[in-house]
Amino acid sequence: MSAEALAFSPRRVGAMILRYWYLLRSSWPRLIELIYWPAVQMFMWGFLQLGVARQTGAVMAAASTFLAAFLLWDLLFRGQIGFSMSFMEEMWSRNLPNLMISPLRPVEFVIALMVMSVIRLAVGFVPVTILAIFFFGFNLWDLGLALVVFFANLFFTAWAVGMLCSGLVMRNGLGAEGLTWSMMFILLPLTCVYYPVTTLPLWVQPIAWALPPTAVFEGMRALVIDHVFRADLMLWALGLNLLWLAAGAASFVVLLGKAKQAGALIQTGE
Amino acid sequence: MDVATKSNAIEADGLAKRYSDTVAVDGISFAIARGTITGLLGGNGAGKTTTIGMIIGLVAPSAGSVRVFGADMARDSYRVLGRINFESPYVDLPHRLTVRQNLTVFGMLYGVADIAARIAKLSADLDLGEFLDRQAGKLSAGQKTRVALAKALVNEPDLLVLDEPMASLDPDTADWIRGHLERYRAGKNATILLASHNMFEVERLCDRVIMMKRGKIVDDDAPERLIARYGRQNLEEVFLDVARGRARPALSAETAS
Repeated sequence: MSAEALAFSPRRVGAMILRYWYLLRSSWPRLIELIYWPAVQMFMWGFLQLGVARQTGAVMAAASTFLAAFLLWDLLFRGQIGFSMSFMEEMWSRNLPNLMISPLRPVEFVIALMVMSVIRLAVGFVPVTILAIFFFGFNLWDLGLALVVFFANLFFTAWAVGMLCSGLVMRNGLGAEGLTWSMMFILLPLTCVYYPVTTLPLWVQPIAWALPPTAVFEGMRALVIDHVFRADLMLWALGLNLLWLAAGAASFVVLLGKAKQAGALIQTGE
Repeated sequence: MDVATKSNAIEADGLAKRYSDTVAVDGISFAIARGTITGLLGGNGAGKTTTIGMIIGLVAPSAGSVRVFGADMARDSYRVLGRINFESPYVDLPHRLTVRQNLTVFGMLYGVADIAARIAKLSADLDLGEFLDRQAGKLSAGQKTRVALAKALVNEPDLLVLDEPMASLDPDTADWIRGHLERYRAGKNATILLASHNMFEVERLCDRVIMMKRGKIVDDDAPERLIARYGRQNLEEVFLDVARGRARPALSAETAS
């Protein structure tokens, strides 16, 4: 890779963010979609938590984490979808070749997609957390500084998976679009969003611990139930995330090269 | 940088592209001088779009190389991408963005200094004013083609690669655009590479025509010399001779050199 390929321009990143912002503000269905599903699921988990809270002991303690678990899972899922959706917009509008023959570097493209995933999530996620306070008296923001660490770790995982999904779509065309929507769900049972890692069979537990979000969800339960911030878990998640981000970036670059070899960029489609 | 690189915008050497069992481009070599307009002709599946893809760095060659302004497009394309632009019917601009928004975004990507002034100039040159603030997806086919051309000119490229640029345009608008391209080339000494099925367009615009068939270059000459050599009235008849495999006159000594 030449030195020019590594050159970085904030203006080009800004151009891409502006492109997605123009799109977002021009389409009210896109804005509604950002809030709709998180809100529906928040109500479902909120009422479930209320129902189970009438129990006592361990059941009640576990249930008290449902809303926090859902909101953090939603952040992970929507962080990846926000990244991938912006990328998919280029495929749907057949604009990707225009970008690939422009001076836009892959790293600038990826950073713009990361920023957009944060913006898209903020549009949908913040109102839903406020609804959770209003309807269920649950204030996610009470988690304080720990929340920033949780958010950062979950975004890192979301971006790593987003880079892999986008690379696969770039290489294989819109036929691989389904992966964008479904890939994160393989993490749902394994990352122990709603139950402790010890619930899993013994042989599955090492796999779970190799997934960065597992440490975040365990850390969240430690904070909500035991009021303890587990810095060790967050450091473990951060270390794993660095590996995942490197793997995600490598997969994006390799799949971009494969797409060029396959001639997939000259006529983007299925 | 050698002399050839300085005088040529594009240099292809043994350029080939193979997709599993299919040979799309079969080891072609050519050079295109700066400041010229060259037509790339051939029937469907001749390898024109793949050749263009390799020239602009969208497709990786299986063998050989292509250099644009001296940069190997498979390894060092970012050195020259800011000096190139491209338009193709296979590529669109984001539909929900207005024409002005699209040009603003691409102006920023290409590092255009005064984007508002550049958009105003393009709007005047290509008569975009009427729909500058309309969404790109809601334009007629002819308007979309003009907007795509405006995007391709936003950075005032030294190399403009056009794949079927006049498709969907009525004869009046197409003629007007051809005039604009001629003025652009003359004003900037830009190089234009044009793939087209419109023989009249190629005959009028191009200094030189490269004819492709089944991934190979089967002829390469100025349009008027091709017409004379084949003993035909126009380039369309030459094209049909080539496409249907009729006997081809030998290249003149001047062309061969």
